[in-house]
Amino acid sequence: MTKKEIPFDEAMLQLENIVRQLEQGDVPLENAIELYQKGMELSKLCSEKLQSAEKQLVSFMGEATEEAGTANE
Amino acid sequence: MTSHTYLTVKALTKYIKRKFDADTHLRDVYVKGELSNVKVHSSGHIYFTLKDDAARVTSVMFAMNARALKFMPESGMNVLIRGDINVFEAAGQYQLYASSMQPDGIGELFLAFEQLKKKLEKEGLFHPSRKKPIPTFPKKIGVVTSKTGAAIRDILTTLERRYPISEVVVFPSIVQGPQAAPSIVKSIEQANSLHSIDVLIVGRGGGSIEDLWAFNEEGVARAIANSTIPIISAVGHETDTTIADFVSDLRAPTPTAAAEMAVPSKENLMKNILSYQSACLHFVTQKLADEKNRYKRAIESPVLATPEKLYRPFIERYVRAEQQLQRETSRLYKDKNRYFTQIQNRFIQLSPQKVIDQHQKSVQTITNQLNQVTLSIFEKNRGQFIASIRTLEALNPLKIMDRGYSITYKNEKLVKTVADVQQGDSIYVTLSDGRLEAIVQGVDKNERGD
Repeated sequence: MTKKEIPFDEAMLQLENIVRQLEQGDVPLENAIELYQKGMELSKLCSEKLQSAEKQLVSFMGEATEEAGTANE
Repeated sequence: MTSHTYLTVKALTKYIKRKFDADTHLRDVYVKGELSNVKVHSSGHIYFTLKDDAARVTSVMFAMNARALKFMPESGMNVLIRGDINVFEAAGQYQLYASSMQPDGIGELFLAFEQLKKKLEKEGLFHPSRKKPIPTFPKKIGVVTSKTGAAIRDILTTLERRYPISEVVVFPSIVQGPQAAPSIVKSIEQANSLHSIDVLIVGRGGGSIEDLWAFNEEGVARAIANSTIPIISAVGHETDTTIADFVSDLRAPTPTAAAEMAVPSKENLMKNILSYQSACLHFVTQKLADEKNRYKRAIESPVLATPEKLYRPFIERYVRAEQQLQRETSRLYKDKNRYFTQIQNRFIQLSPQKVIDQHQKSVQTITNQLNQVTLSIFEKNRGQFIASIRTLEALNPLKIMDRGYSITYKNEKLVKTVADVQQGDSIYVTLSDGRLEAIVQGVDKNERGD
């Protein structure tokens, strides 16, 4: 499994998707266990991201011209 | 005779005009009346008639003044006009030149608001189908508002408290006064050009209808409508609803509420995550239990528990069939056997051997008969033969010869008569024990009856 981190919003969406699938109940047993593991991973990731976010990043665009401001891309 | 000086029309009109011009009251009049025949020229000049139930006056409002109007004059409206009266010589008319106009009875701002609202609603700009959904987990949030004041403060604190993971980009704008509308439009367009903003909050704190007026301007409304980024509008207080609020994708009663609508709350998310965890656990545990039960039920089913039940009837059928087969086979065999024996006997009866034996017996019998008959015939014939032999023996000339008789031959021919010989013939005379060679000496024939 690649260690590449997925963004919070995607992780949340995947997690919700997994819960929905498991809820529907017509998942074969092996898949259910796999989904459960994935779900646990995702929820751990999401809660860590939430807890660890400290100061919010706020930037101001220039008024007069179309400056890029503080580059956040 | 009195001669009159005839004025030219031009002179007469000039005279009248001078009278009008001289009257200072007419230089600054306040008139109220009903608009009719309103015609807005492409140049921006507005031509109309101001009237009441008794009189009417031809009027015009030049573009320079009309530009300041917040509302659109329409026929039938009751208005208050400030202007001056003058004579338009070429038409021979006096006209009211309006410098300012406002609705009589309702505020011009309110009227302008109603007019624009109706217009944009007709275009479908307020239609629910146009409203874009607000993303659940925005990565970047834009804020179009004044960079000072309570609004920006409230928004930033709320965003940080609820969802510090997201980034905020503030587009400082002028939110009241004549420069407000273009400033807000510029900020919205700037945010759209960045392509990285997921949701935009556009708003300001509370104020009077004039303070909030920029958010009722057509330019701002169109900028919001054209935005590809979803916009949450938060203008003034709960009770203030501006055109911007109708056009936006989501309306918030206050800037704080807008921030709350834009992002989920950290606490809620944590709660959700925990409940997702327990949900996952629960469903998987449930699933395991269900599968276990399914398995148990299958294992305990009578078919698997007592499988003999399944195949016993088949065994019985088989045994019965086998017995029947044996029975039938046996009977069939007996029948066939009997039939065969019958046929065999008949066959044996008809066998060539039998026939041969029979014929042999017949042959034997007949042979015996033949033998017997032959034997008897033979015996009979033997007897006859012997009798004949005796007779023959008795008749044997040689026997006779024993008695003294002889046989005479001449040249091997038998001499039965004296005629056959002559004197001097050689003859043989056979006696019983030999032969005599003789010569005839003399012949004497017997007389009959001797």
